[in-house]
Amino acid sequence: MLGVIYLMGLTSQSTGISVNREQFNFPTAGNQPVIALAGNPNTGKSTLFNALTGLRQHTGNWPGKTVLQARGSFSHDGCRYSLVDLPGAYSLLAVSVEEQVARDFICFARPDAVIVVVDATCLERNLSLVLQVMEITERVVVCVNLIDEARRKNINIDAHKLSTALGLPVVATAARSGEGLNRLLDVVARVVHGKLKPEPKRVQYPAEIETAVSLLEAKLKGVWDGELNTRWVALRLLEGDINMVEFLAGDRDKGKIVAVREVLA
Amino acid sequence: MSGSTTLNTVLAGEHVLVTRINTGGSGSKRLLDLGLVPGTRVEVVRRSPLGDPVAYNIRGAVIALRQEESSQVLVNKIL
Repeated sequence: MLGVIYLMGLTSQSTGISVNREQFNFPTAGNQPVIALAGNPNTGKSTLFNALTGLRQHTGNWPGKTVLQARGSFSHDGCRYSLVDLPGAYSLLAVSVEEQVARDFICFARPDAVIVVVDATCLERNLSLVLQVMEITERVVVCVNLIDEARRKNINIDAHKLSTALGLPVVATAARSGEGLNRLLDVVARVVHGKLKPEPKRVQYPAEIETAVSLLEAKLKGVWDGELNTRWVALRLLEGDINMVEFLAGDRDKGKIVAVREVLA
Repeated sequence: MSGSTTLNTVLAGEHVLVTRINTGGSGSKRLLDLGLVPGTRVEVVRRSPLGDPVAYNIRGAVIALRQEESSQVLVNKIL
């Protein structure tokens, strides 16, 4: 029997990092790989979610529809996967609740793979989110969805070129008709099982920023090595991201609180 | 001639290039996330009946901005 569990919107008071999946209501039993669906609003994440899981999570065209994340599962090649439909976000800089839910999940629950769904008809405006997600994790697959719409508008997407430019696997799909979904799952499965290792071409910042990042990163590594992407956290701290400071300070481990203060000093 | 006018003063049907975002902090982050980075071409699509908000075509998506947001965006008109 398939069931869908709605998770509470994760706000800063309900999270606080202990950097694990239980916090995100993930029973770790069964060890199913966890795959997250991220993307700008209105790119067809929920349609893709439904097509893959066979569930009927509500789809519709208005902002903030998926504030709660929905969870389901699917099988591919004899392996069972958990799939999480994250709310639509333009960015992971966490201005709105939706964006914060998406960011916390990718950053702290650390899914085994993230599928970033982008709209083939306006690819350019979707790519900034891809760049942000690949700054957090390298296990990213880009799903160029609505490829049928794009074709109708005479837009040709060169998936190979995009893949080379980003250093990530790219699969074109039309979730509504099911086109490309098998290929998408093949690629995702290979990323999850380590048979395909994306090498994202990450943004290099100007020298003075890079220097500051490595200084901060060295300090963060002493506390959260292996638990967090320290480069990404360092960048957020340099930006003066208050939420991120609160998160780090909210870590239950007191030794870490002291360390945060030191890091920020 | 950088940022000769602000986006809220541009008339429907006109095209502009973004030169700068004025606010600091999360307000400007939001605008940047929507694709309003310097060098972006923006088309003013139409004004709502009361004049605010206004719909803009930004990188392939039509997005409505309020006066308080669009007045922070410095632009040059494309002739």
